[in-house]
Amino acid sequence: MEHSVKNVKIVEKGQPLFFKEHQESLYKSLEDKHTTIEFSDDDPLGTRMILNMGPQHPATHGVLRVLLELDGETILKNRLDVGYLHRGVEKIAENKTYQEFMPYTDRMDYLSPYASNVAWCLAVEKLAQITIPERAQYIRMIGSELARISSHLLWLGAMVMDSGAISMFIWTFREREKIYDIFDQLAGHRFTVSHSRIGGVAFDINDSTIKMIRDFSANLKKEIKDWNKLLAKNRIFFDRNNGIGPITTENAIALGLTGAGLRATGIAYDVRKFAPYLKYNEVEFEVPTRLEGDNLARYYVRMEELSQAVRIIDQCLDKLPKGPIRVDDAKKAYPSKDEVYYSMEGLIHDFMMTDTGVCPPEGVSCFHSIEASKGELGYYIESDGTGHPWRVKIKSPSLTNLQVLEHVLDGQMVADTVVLIGGLDPVMGDADK
Amino acid sequence: MEPFTLQMIVMGTALFMLLNSAAIAVYLERRVAAFIQNRVGPNRVGPMGLLQPIADVLKLILKEDVTPIHAYKHLHTIAPIIPVATALVTVAVIPFGDGLYITNINVGALYLLAVSSMSVYGVTLAGWSSNSKYSLLGGLRAAAQMISYELPMGLAVASCVLLAGSLNMVDIVNDQSMWWYVFLNPVGFVIFTVAAFAETNRTPFDLVEAEQELVGGFHTEYSSMKFGMFFLAEYMHVVIASMLITTFFFGGYHLPFADAWLPEMSSTLKMIVDISVFVAKTGFWLFVFIWVRWTIPRFKYTQLMRLGWHNLLPLGILNFTVIAIILKLMN
Repeated sequence: MEHSVKNVKIVEKGQPLFFKEHQESLYKSLEDKHTTIEFSDDDPLGTRMILNMGPQHPATHGVLRVLLELDGETILKNRLDVGYLHRGVEKIAENKTYQEFMPYTDRMDYLSPYASNVAWCLAVEKLAQITIPERAQYIRMIGSELARISSHLLWLGAMVMDSGAISMFIWTFREREKIYDIFDQLAGHRFTVSHSRIGGVAFDINDSTIKMIRDFSANLKKEIKDWNKLLAKNRIFFDRNNGIGPITTENAIALGLTGAGLRATGIAYDVRKFAPYLKYNEVEFEVPTRLEGDNLARYYVRMEELSQAVRIIDQCLDKLPKGPIRVDDAKKAYPSKDEVYYSMEGLIHDFMMTDTGVCPPEGVSCFHSIEASKGELGYYIESDGTGHPWRVKIKSPSLTNLQVLEHVLDGQMVADTVVLIGGLDPVMGDADK
Repeated sequence: MEPFTLQMIVMGTALFMLLNSAAIAVYLERRVAAFIQNRVGPNRVGPMGLLQPIADVLKLILKEDVTPIHAYKHLHTIAPIIPVATALVTVAVIPFGDGLYITNINVGALYLLAVSSMSVYGVTLAGWSSNSKYSLLGGLRAAAQMISYELPMGLAVASCVLLAGSLNMVDIVNDQSMWWYVFLNPVGFVIFTVAAFAETNRTPFDLVEAEQELVGGFHTEYSSMKFGMFFLAEYMHVVIASMLITTFFFGGYHLPFADAWLPEMSSTLKMIVDISVFVAKTGFWLFVFIWVRWTIPRFKYTQLMRLGWHNLLPLGILNFTVIAIILKLMN
């Protein structure tokens, strides 16, 4: 008797108990999605199966959950479930000074933290009307482009690994490792850099870092050629991606797709060209586009973007002007460490910046977006005149890009799911915020 | 030596070596993979990491053996045994050297085809009995894959049988003492190699486990030595596939064009040479298996079926017919 009771308990433990209502409403929404299909009448043989992919799944790039209704291996309907990595970043921002919020932006799109830093700083600077020195702008550009390369390298490795070629991941990671070393030199951190500051950047770029970047960019050109040889002419890889998950231009616009996904549908929308920030209007680069809108087109676009990013970095290094790296105004930026250590005013200013921070005018609001590696990353800030933002809203590219996934998955196969997720390149830290 | 004693010695050695070869293959895989990926690979356990397989197996034995609550317990237990058992009995008809074979049955080629296709039962049953959706998909894929690749493989073997005029493995190998079948039957070789990759569930045909989408597929719900058995079976099948490619197309234990230049040798020396040649060829194919696995992506289920039914099968039939006609005309 004792024994059987124990067994019943074990069996009960096997049942999903958590979030029962959430589960049920999700399953219901799966059925409601296309109301024209009658679930029960259409399936007399019981060939359909609901497959739950994620949130703990190796190929969903974090904690994305995908519910699939399958007929054999073909996906009939699907539903995405996001929010497993929600940390309330926007709310946290309301209780931080503008400078204190910087490390949180690192942890949003953690594959290109530098770009998130820059996006935040630019938004705040627009709000507080700060113009930063040229040298800092160029350093920010170099950092952003390195972040773009780093993010695209991870996309390349992860997507190709999702389609089965495992070594590619490690080959791209070898290059990413070099970027980490560069960031280590440039910003003092490898991963979450927080190098940008409101009113400039934290540290100046030195000659050894410049040499590292030059070596890296020269080498990357060769590597890109090698990877293209390995993948673009590989029959299996080509077939796995060609015609998979196509999205039309109209749908892409309607769903708010940005970044490489949008450019793969034929629209050359790139914030760097449309509303140039930093010094992007002073460097030459092209915006690659394709017309097909499928996963292969996204591959070609991103590979070309890698080359263009290298091109931008080379130009930035050539044009890098001499000068200060931060605004020389104690109300708008941290004073340099020399001032802090050797003058009383410097110390007081440093203290005030940490305690109160930059105070934009009361009642103003602004939206500023940049072209991050995943797409358009924008920050909307409302100020109440204090050192803390009154409200922050983040337009993160991963979330809008994920909307597309639900539309392209129908009719594909289970094996395509992982390739498509890889191809759209969402970062859940960015999508869930 | 009496033939029976010799057979027993060969069998003992072959089984011992086959079981060990799985361990060696695991070590090789990890080292070669590391080499391909610019890493070092296992190098801490023993000299050059050579004792790594022992550490791996010890770890597997010490792990908790978990059977899912809703699994079909008996099948779940039996399933891992099947691939290992079939891998072990396959070796019975492979000649390792002149007179070095466990048994010499006159339908050796048929026996090989029959036994090698049995292993899929283990995978399919494992997928079904785990009562997990991912495992089920893996098991179904395994069944579909087996059916589409048995036929081209059978046709490739049949074309070799035509050339040798015998189903006997010893005859097939001895017929290649001058011309390896890879020269006489290159199309058959390509078909057989592709089918062998599919049979062993290795990349680019590893849809059955598909780490990225099915999270291990049929062995998702296995742990401890039950998982170890699948692991062992996979590598034994790779070794056996390498042996079969060697036997059917690369002259088994014969050196290239051996008839033309190889001098007479004493039987002991001949035995050593034969076995070394056989092991070297098998090792080379083992390397190819690993090399391919770490380089190219995986097929999709539909693409795999298309390749099997649409490309390989007609090609196999054509190859078989052409060889048959040529042989008829030559006689």
